[in-house]
Amino acid sequence: MKSLQEIPWLDQAAANENQGLLHPRRIVPWRLNLYRIPWLRPLIESRWPQFLVRSLTLAGFVFTIATGLSGSIVGSHNFAIIFVWIAWWSALKLVFIPLGGRSWCSICPIPLPGDWLQQGGILSKGRGLGLNLHWPKRLKGSWLQSSAFLLIGLFSALTLTAPRVTGWVFVALFGLAIGLSLVFEKRAFCSYICPIGGFSGIYAQTAPVELRVIDKEICAKHGDKSCYHACPWGLYPVALRDSAACGLCMECLRACPKDNLALNLRPFGTDIGKARTANRLDSVRSLDASFLALVMLGSALAFTAVFVGPWGWLKSAAFAIGSLRWVGYAAAFLGLNLILLPGLFSLAVWSDRQSSKVRLPLKQEIANQSQALLPLGLFAWIAFTVSFALPKLGYVPGVLNDPLGWGWKLLGAGYTFWSPDVSGFSSVLQIILLLIGLFWSANVAWRLADSDYRRAGPIMAFCLAFSLGMLWLLIG
Amino acid sequence: MLLALLLPIPAAATNPTERTFHINASRFEYSPAILEVNPGDQVTIELTATDVVHGLSIDGYKLATTADPGQTARLTFIADRQGSFRFRCTVTCGNLHPFMIGKLQVGQNTLLWRAMLLSGLVLVGGTWMLKK
Repeated sequence: MKSLQEIPWLDQAAANENQGLLHPRRIVPWRLNLYRIPWLRPLIESRWPQFLVRSLTLAGFVFTIATGLSGSIVGSHNFAIIFVWIAWWSALKLVFIPLGGRSWCSICPIPLPGDWLQQGGILSKGRGLGLNLHWPKRLKGSWLQSSAFLLIGLFSALTLTAPRVTGWVFVALFGLAIGLSLVFEKRAFCSYICPIGGFSGIYAQTAPVELRVIDKEICAKHGDKSCYHACPWGLYPVALRDSAACGLCMECLRACPKDNLALNLRPFGTDIGKARTANRLDSVRSLDASFLALVMLGSALAFTAVFVGPWGWLKSAAFAIGSLRWVGYAAAFLGLNLILLPGLFSLAVWSDRQSSKVRLPLKQEIANQSQALLPLGLFAWIAFTVSFALPKLGYVPGVLNDPLGWGWKLLGAGYTFWSPDVSGFSSVLQIILLLIGLFWSANVAWRLADSDYRRAGPIMAFCLAFSLGMLWLLIG
Repeated sequence: MLLALLLPIPAAATNPTERTFHINASRFEYSPAILEVNPGDQVTIELTATDVVHGLSIDGYKLATTADPGQTARLTFIADRQGSFRFRCTVTCGNLHPFMIGKLQVGQNTLLWRAMLLSGLVLVGGTWMLKK
């Protein structure tokens, strides 16, 4: 691993924080440092509460693999399918990300065994295993996370419904996380591969939680940089410009001898709406985040059409992996995500740029303007979840009663499927959610365009077109 | 105030008629999957399962029926609620069973048009507010 002194950007990280902004950071007065709340501090400071929760999620993860591989082959009767794709995935989109950013990452079990091997201990560090190589520069950013999400989309009709496939996917993720932790330094899997990490990270920028340095001067004078050495993600907290990469593991808070780090509650969307001037490298890196944001929009449209729409032929095509029909579905899915949406968005940004007095490079403009896609995407996924998961919550008691589908009656009764009737309110709720996302995105586009409606117009039109598409799919 | 646009509105008066739909249910598809009727129509659905046992329940109508393979089940009701309603399979029929869905369209889907109008208003009104 590189020594801290070898990292070229480190000395200037604090300075770059403000230099990187076209406009000074918006003054956001409201912050509540949760780490200063007396009853909460010990819970964060000690590794035990987090370790206990992660032990539970690890046990749940292993149980999910076991039920996926050996339980009922009927998805709606299998714990793995219902708990992963109905309960957990819904909780992620409805609670963890909107309210806690990457809070799921702080209790995710997948990197745990790799961490233990890498650091040579469970709660304390010993002589770890692994080569500790640097992650290849060419593979940095979220390009691989976007690709992993596209793979999920291509095979979603099978992965989300076949217990064996879910089980093997989880085994593969587990193996990959462990393998990468033995080859590369820090959490390479979480930072560059995990599609859920990409999904959580991009929308964490809208969430009301952040981990930040309190006083950068104190960090500048502190030679040890103990926070950087403690961070399993390889982040230096002073350099955090947004909450996309921080997994909220709290190790930096525990390591800081100056008590100079804060876990803040903040207003929603604090990270977005700031135009950045960046060097070429940053610009290229930001472009990967723009691509990820567009993949999330495209996937929301595709998932809604496949799982909530009335088109049986589309479901059958998405399910018949390897058939000609599936090839057609895959081509349409990839065309939507790789050509149509990026093309339309680039066109919108190009139009915006034509009206701009200060013309930044197109790539940089795309990177800036894609911030407007975040609220839109987050609320589209929440609206999709209302249709996708709520009518199927009735399956949860059934799989708790008989998780393996072996005829058990753990809850003492024979549960039959019960479908909550959400038709009375779900449509109106989905409309309101999509309207909130649209309004918020328009607000971000407006700020990024310096309150110039000619500049903001094309981005707003793109957001409106996406919202109308989601409305048609959900309530049409 | 704009959200008042989403309140239910009474259905436009039409002459109720009797309508019969024959639906073939196979994994994981209804054919036809989209039924369009007028408010007040007496609707009969003849559901035939072509491969395994399938069911049909309509969101918001509290109606359900089940058809064995090769058999036809009937469901008759008055379409007294306007709007777009999903109908779903009620018998586990395979991997995509939870997503075997069709659509019953009763009258115009005014909620969709109103929501689209509202989206435009939110954008225009929001921009106007931000401009101020």
